Amino acid sequence: MKYETVIGLEVHAQLLTNSKLFCSCRVKFGSEPNSEVCPICLGMPGVLPVINRRAVEYAVKMALATDCTVNEKSVFSRKNYFYPDLPKGYQVSQFDLPVAEHGHIDIELGDPRKDETEIKRIGITRIHMEEDAGKLIHGEGADDKDISYVDLNRTGTALIEIVSEPDMRNPEEASAYLKTIRDILLYLGICDGNMQEGSFRCDANISIRPVGQKELGTRTELKNMNSFKFIRDALNYEIQRHIDVIEGGEKIIQETRLFDVQKGVTRSMRGKEEAHDYRYHPEPDLLPLIVPNELIEKARGEMPELPTEKKNRFMDEYKLPIYDAGVLTGSKEMAKYFEESLTASCKLSGIPEEEKPKQAKITSNWVMGELTALLKENSLDISECKVTPKSLAELINMVSKDTISGKVAKDVLGEMFSSDKSAEEIVKEKGLVQISDTGELSAVIDKILSDNADSVEKYKAGKTKLMGFFVGEVMKATKGQANPGVASKLIKDKLG
Amino acid sequence: MDNLLLEKATIKELSKKLSSKEISSVELTEAYISRIKELNEKLNCFITVTEDKALVAAKAADKRIKDGSDITPLTGIPISLKDIFTTKGVRTTCASKMLGNFIPPYDSTVTLKLKEAGAVILGKLNMDEFAMGSSTENSAFGVTKNPWDTLRVPGGSSGGSAVAVAASLSTASLGTDTGGSIRQPASLCGVVGLKPTYGRVSRFGMIAFASSLDQAGPFTKTVEDAALMLNAIAGHDAQDSTSINEPPPDFTEKLENGVKGLRIGVPKEYFIEGLNKEVEDSVRAAIAILEKQGAEVVEVSLPHTEYAVSVYYLIATAEASSNLARFDGIRYGLRVDNGEGLFELYKNSRDAGFGAEVKRRIMLGTYSLSSGYYDAYYKKASEVRTLIKRDFEEAFKKCDVIATPTSPSTAFKIGEKASDPLTMYLSDIFTISTNLGGNPGISIPCKISNDGLPIGLQLIGKSMDETTLLQAANAYEKHSGVGIITPKL
Ligand SMILES: [Zn+2]
Repeated sequence: MKYETVIGLEVHAQLLTNSKLFCSCRVKFGSEPNSEVCPICLGMPGVLPVINRRAVEYAVKMALATDCTVNEKSVFSRKNYFYPDLPKGYQVSQFDLPVAEHGHIDIELGDPRKDETEIKRIGITRIHMEEDAGKLIHGEGADDKDISYVDLNRTGTALIEIVSEPDMRNPEEASAYLKTIRDILLYLGICDGNMQEGSFRCDANISIRPVGQKELGTRTELKNMNSFKFIRDALNYEIQRHIDVIEGGEKIIQETRLFDVQKGVTRSMRGKEEAHDYRYHPEPDLLPLIVPNELIEKARGEMPELPTEKKNRFMDEYKLPIYDAGVLTGSKEMAKYFEESLTASCKLSGIPEEEKPKQAKITSNWVMGELTALLKENSLDISECKVTPKSLAELINMVSKDTISGKVAKDVLGEMFSSDKSAEEIVKEKGLVQISDTGELSAVIDKILSDNADSVEKYKAGKTKLMGFFVGEVMKATKGQANPGVASKLIKDKLG
Repeated sequence: MDNLLLEKATIKELSKKLSSKEISSVELTEAYISRIKELNEKLNCFITVTEDKALVAAKAADKRIKDGSDITPLTGIPISLKDIFTTKGVRTTCASKMLGNFIPPYDSTVTLKLKEAGAVILGKLNMDEFAMGSSTENSAFGVTKNPWDTLRVPGGSSGGSAVAVAASLSTASLGTDTGGSIRQPASLCGVVGLKPTYGRVSRFGMIAFASSLDQAGPFTKTVEDAALMLNAIAGHDAQDSTSINEPPPDFTEKLENGVKGLRIGVPKEYFIEGLNKEVEDSVRAAIAILEKQGAEVVEVSLPHTEYAVSVYYLIATAEASSNLARFDGIRYGLRVDNGEGLFELYKNSRDAGFGAEVKRRIMLGTYSLSSGYYDAYYKKASEVRTLIKRDFEEAFKKCDVIATPTSPSTAFKIGEKASDPLTMYLSDIFTISTNLGGNPGISIPCKISNDGLPIGLQLIGKSMDETTLLQAANAYEKHSGVGIITPKL
């Protein structure tokens, strides 16, 4: 039988607020355990929560970015359960009245390199706000392997949970959805998207059903997947497991399963965790959350251009191919770098508006090609790049003006990357200016032709492919400084 | 300093004597401390006496008075706090084994406000564990005795606070009221007890029993003193999201305005079977006094009163079950760890740390929030609570203040109701609705019964209108002829 997979995702995004959701403790990763805490987030007797307004603004921005309706009134509830990382014995979350609901995002599927893409719309059921729990560190030494330590630094950090509709049909769609959500969060600057540190986490609900069947199959919930790869692996494993169970004549049990990273399998959490009755009830220490229209309008006014909008604009305005537009808008910083380089280089060479797309493609090639390669080699982010957009533009312009060859330019960029020097300085210092002077080149070519008499004969006999060889020799002899166009014309003339 | 002075001492009087330097705060504090040493063994109303800290505060108050700067009516006045208010550096137990050694690193907002006003804190008062009870019998530190008859209970849960004032071991004290825990013991001990409007006084640092019902308030010997105490503790607190963001008035301002023209509502649902005859007669006589002073007496109806006790015990226990989850033996408080793992650690710590009534209420609350029961219990109760609130709004269209008995009976014998929680729960039958509605309420002594026990009159005010409530209470106090009543000790 053929099966269809149905996937819904729950994303927990830690908000980049300075302080926690209900107290004024700093939000900081990697501090000494239990140093970023106070009586409130420690759940000491008699303390009370006060909502962080910045967190509300961030949640509203995410709601606007995903076309959700922001509820004027939402309610915080207590989710009750005992665990040492949860000091109050309950987590303050939102239950029946979330801050926002009924939204959607568009995800891109297919291969942009081949220009074969399609857009799929994924529904967002709801976005709600909640506080994070702390962390347990399990003792590893021989003496304390049975001991668990509690670190409450993360306790009370502001999270939003973004719950999707079960609209995804395979792990690729789930992956695309997650990437899109993550990009939006990063563009909004409200989450750092770090999956390793747990500031961007994902749980998946998955079920299968025979193709054509409307009714949903029994679902399982997958947890503990802290990379895109693990999510795909876990989903693929789980799909096959569902098929095997059903084909084996058994039934899927609705349960939560943990992904075992080492073994690449999912495992049932059966037991205490599963038996929870969270006894949700309204949090009496907080008034209902009122989001006034002014706050929504203010957030709307502060909304940046989002990834999809930017990508479409790059395609429209700069006529860039979908692949380039996608790569360049892959991060806000990358897009900014590209646009600044482009603007600078158009300005430098006085390129009119209508010729901008041509310059855009040249700039795109440099940014996506050499520059990205260098960044990768040095494990740097574009935001850490020493070569400023203006410097890159200068380099690009030296190539367009035939001052240096493309090949030399690549070396110059490498040099710029590791020094503080401008392209011009490096070219001058090393005497890398391209040789376009026919007299100077003529002498070099004559020598090469006389040294390679065999090849000259062959060329004359019709093996014109050897032109590449001659030009290559010229480049070698001039350490890449020869203008290859001028050189090949001269060679042709001399042999012709 | 003679005991008579303390027995009749009010904030108002003492404040005058302090500022005229007739007495010093240190002298006054020493007098109270020696009286506490003399009587606390008999009454068991203090869990912790902070003698040294009190004397330091008294010295500071005397200096403040001497310098003549920043003096408030509470500067130099010895008071004490129910052991539910956190006090920085001073053990705060909530009368529970669970917090037997808990020393908070922070003050509750009211503690801080009283300290800033210059009040001298003598110590921490006994109560029903986690404020759960109506008799102060549910304390890990032993039962507090009623000074009018030490075989009887002082009421609860703020029994220690009522006794501290009734037995003149403090000029005033602070308690909390979730379902009557200030007014009922005030009534049983013959003092004034005021529960302000929910949200009038900050709950920050007040260990929560039922968050949507808890409210702090004073015990005093006079209505005027209650107004002075309220002036010191009321007001918005940025640390309590449920505190009302409205500047409080001066609650003493209209105290002397009398009741002429005020409409006193008498709800028929409060004069029911089971109400002690002498209590009923005293309260009706009290209402007649108000009428004689020019008040108009009108009959009002609070039709959902009969559901109040059930609604209260569903909501309060539900919130309590969640509020008390933090006492898990992990970070502070009692831990009983036999090395059998996490679940056992929770179980053993909570089993050893909580008393029977607390356990009963946690179980009740857990049950009413459980899936499958939530709609029938917690949710239904919340809906009926809205109706009870509406009852008050409707009634207050017809009147300015409502008059009722505070408690259906006078102080009962220690042990009399301890084995029957349901009967015990009915002790709060006249006070619970006020908490559900969020309204302010006050209990004032209105008679000493034939067997020598105090009877209280309860007045209930419109939400946020403590001013009129205190005005009516003060008028009654002035004309009732009851005066400050003190037990023979
Ligand atoms: Zn904190």
